[in-house]
Amino acid sequence: MTLAILFFVAVTLLFLDFTGTIHAWLGWVAKVQFLPALLAVNTGVVIALVLLTLLAGRVYCSVICPLGVFQDVVSWLSGRRRKKKWRFTYSRPLPWLRCTVLVLFVAAMLAGVGSFVALLDPYSAYGRIASNLFAPVYAWGNNALAWMAERADSYAFYETSVWMRGLPTLVIAIVTLVVVVVLAWRGGRTYCNTVCPVGTVLGFLSRFALFRVSIDADKCKECGLCARKCKASCIDVKNHTIDYSRCVDCMDCLDACRHDALHYKRHKQNAALDVNGNGKAGDEGVDSSRRTFLTVTAAVAASEALKAQEKKVDGGLAVIEDKVAPKRATRIVPPGAEGQKHFYQHCTGCQLCVSVCPNEVLRPSTGLLTLMQPEMSYERGYCRPECNKCSEVCPAGAIKPITVADKVSTHIGHAVWVKKNCVPLTDGVECGNCARHCPVGAIQMVPSNPSDPASVKIPVVNDERCIGCGACENLCPARPFSAIYVEGYEKHHID
Amino acid sequence: MDNNDKCKRGNLSRRDFLKTMGAAGLATAGLSACVGGGDGNQSTAVGEPTGEMTLRTNPTTGDKVSLLGFGMMRLPSVGGKSAREGNEEIDQEMVNAMVDYALEHGVNYFDTSPAYCQGMSERATGIALARHPRDKYFIATKLSNFAPSTWTREASIEMYRNSFRELQTDHIDYLLLHSVGNSGMETFKARYLDNGILDFLLQERKEGRIRNLGFSYHGDVEVFDFLLSKHDEYKWDFVQIQLNYLDWKFAEQINPRNVNADYLYGELLKRGIPAIIMEPLLGGRLSNVPDNIVAQLKGRDPESSVASWAFRFAGSFPGVLCVLSGMTRMEHLRDNLRTYSPLRPLTDEEFAFLQHTAEMMMQFETIPCNDCKYCMPCPYGVDIPAVLLHYNKCLNEGNIPSSSQDPHYREARRAFLVGYDRSVPRLRQASHCIGCGQCAPHCPQSIDIPKELHRIDRYVEQLKQETL
Repeated sequence: MTLAILFFVAVTLLFLDFTGTIHAWLGWVAKVQFLPALLAVNTGVVIALVLLTLLAGRVYCSVICPLGVFQDVVSWLSGRRRKKKWRFTYSRPLPWLRCTVLVLFVAAMLAGVGSFVALLDPYSAYGRIASNLFAPVYAWGNNALAWMAERADSYAFYETSVWMRGLPTLVIAIVTLVVVVVLAWRGGRTYCNTVCPVGTVLGFLSRFALFRVSIDADKCKECGLCARKCKASCIDVKNHTIDYSRCVDCMDCLDACRHDALHYKRHKQNAALDVNGNGKAGDEGVDSSRRTFLTVTAAVAASEALKAQEKKVDGGLAVIEDKVAPKRATRIVPPGAEGQKHFYQHCTGCQLCVSVCPNEVLRPSTGLLTLMQPEMSYERGYCRPECNKCSEVCPAGAIKPITVADKVSTHIGHAVWVKKNCVPLTDGVECGNCARHCPVGAIQMVPSNPSDPASVKIPVVNDERCIGCGACENLCPARPFSAIYVEGYEKHHID
Repeated sequence: MDNNDKCKRGNLSRRDFLKTMGAAGLATAGLSACVGGGDGNQSTAVGEPTGEMTLRTNPTTGDKVSLLGFGMMRLPSVGGKSAREGNEEIDQEMVNAMVDYALEHGVNYFDTSPAYCQGMSERATGIALARHPRDKYFIATKLSNFAPSTWTREASIEMYRNSFRELQTDHIDYLLLHSVGNSGMETFKARYLDNGILDFLLQERKEGRIRNLGFSYHGDVEVFDFLLSKHDEYKWDFVQIQLNYLDWKFAEQINPRNVNADYLYGELLKRGIPAIIMEPLLGGRLSNVPDNIVAQLKGRDPESSVASWAFRFAGSFPGVLCVLSGMTRMEHLRDNLRTYSPLRPLTDEEFAFLQHTAEMMMQFETIPCNDCKYCMPCPYGVDIPAVLLHYNKCLNEGNIPSSSQDPHYREARRAFLVGYDRSVPRLRQASHCIGCGQCAPHCPQSIDIPKELHRIDRYVEQLKQETL
């Protein structure tokens, strides 16, 4: 229980933290999540989790998985709210639904439909909820503190911007949240035992777990208290059986039993496994009035709303138009991702990298096949040379750890010049801001008229040097479309 | 009046004293008598100013001008900041209250321009002053035909006439050619000579719509010398110069394109032209000073503000008619009123002390930006003064580490970077300066703005990438 809360708080903090300091300490809690570890081919973690399940049952679901613990919190609140301590009933298993979802899930994974995989993975679903819905609230709270710190002349807090990274992902996060909350409010772990593919896989393993909760039929008085305490609705009192594929080993039933009939102990081989059919379908107590659920306001992109200026003589600030993303033929994915194929095959769409990117470069993509999986764009910032945060946090191995030195020699794309937007040509002024900020010196300024060395200078890009970091695109004065933008590479290369 | 008379009696000896002081660093007695006279009435460091405002007499018109002049360049906006920051409107109620308070306490000189506060200063000044009898105050405004589009005779005259409408008056007490010397002699000719505007203004003076004609000077000294050489022809009634204890001897050292104030003042004194002082506080750089300077000034006179030293310096010159202060907040006004009600002129020893202070300040490589915002708006959205002032602030607070081995490197780095994002929105930071150079000619302090912005940007990159 305490451990579960610790894991839950740790994972939530990972998504809320925008300073990148917590990952050094708590990054591992994301890396022990099942699906990310599986996709990262993190054999150690996967084996450990399988062994844990074979030994002790689905402890993963009740302790490590943040979505699972989140459901427990919701369910607990529901119990408090409805003043019902004994609120669950046994329900029949739905193996066909579970198996169908799992089959679809595996098929999607093999077919590379990352969006479907990302949609169902419990850890990623929670990540989206945390980064899309909880993080803005956290950031606003931080900004309030920063506001106070500024007035107190303290540098302890600094302001961070709250912006909507992607509408589809936000909507999905809200829908997921509502579905999970409704299911958990009504029936505890319904999601885990009907939809969740990780739950299904671990449930299959946990049937053979060494240690299990078992009912001592001699002592059992069939009072049903344990079943009403079981958030997985898996205790069939009439038959003295427990559906171990659904039991998440929360041990709530042990305390509930007043006759010492329930024990968590080594299981004898011949004991009955799960029973299909002869349990009574539980009538779910859906009496209470539904409350309106959290309505979390969407983060409106903080665009600078400046009113148009009248006569300006001294003082005043020119209006700055927001940048608009160019149409990129090839998407940009971060250094460490190796290329699009690797990236989208491994990414579970948990949004951890999106929420940690300090330069506001990463955001979930909107393409159908890669929905919720991140991509890069440089309207709000660029991939700064000293930063490798996303590679540090990725639990799924989609963005492999990369050093800062390797990062600046990894070519993730190249800059393309757009003549019609270039300020020296449109405004007739000297510029060179792209060349000045290129961290690898890939841009030179040359006379726009080759026969006249005094003509205004325009940038030329050395594709061999360009790493695609987007400094030029982000800092280009042309707005809303930059005069230089980055095209991604299908496959990254390192020099 | 008593104080005023006393001070006037001291004028002659002090004039001689300061003249020789400026030339040879000699000192005579003579000041202390007046100081003694002022001491009795000196107000405390807080609360209402109690004494009488020191007045100076304009030799040509006999105007009794208050030593403190109200500069209408940094008027408050509804958000509480200076109206030139952001795009907020002027807080007219606050302007009215400050003007009323100033008049009540003897201030009678109000200096504005068609360019100030994004062009809104004259109107606000007019609204505030029109509520008082016209003979209780002097209006100073300028012909601010900076933009080449206003260099034609028609456009310049229209700007001049518009000032009358905005200020709700039929005569201007003090009219200035605005900031001559910026961009050199050619620009000056285009603005005032080739289009016949100077002749037009001389005619307006003859007809009484301008009571005093003068000019304000920054930048190229050639224009200053040229205009003074024509004094016999134009008969300047006054000249506005930048004077303070830092620029007195160090203006040229700070920027070779500028001129030391002792030269400017000396030239005016030679010809008997009254000086009006601008930038006595360098846009706040002489009140917001490094800690060791604060300790030095406060240590000598714990009850007086740091700013009061700068005002006493400028006011102590007898050839000064009026010292302008661009006041945004009532506290600024109160503090300045205390300093000049009445003025305690500097003793020769205090004068030397301030020169020593200036030497100490020269050790800081502060960028000489006075936040006048003439460079603004930058067409590419950079908030130039905010960037420069942030750098200066960090310099004053010791937050410009020169290497990652500095003892307080981490704290200083954090203070610089976090403070940078606070003071300047990311989109308006130095990284967005493209170096087009459109700002530089407008800077009265002749700062090479693109060069400084690029230097700061490089420094920011070094801090961010930790390559110091």
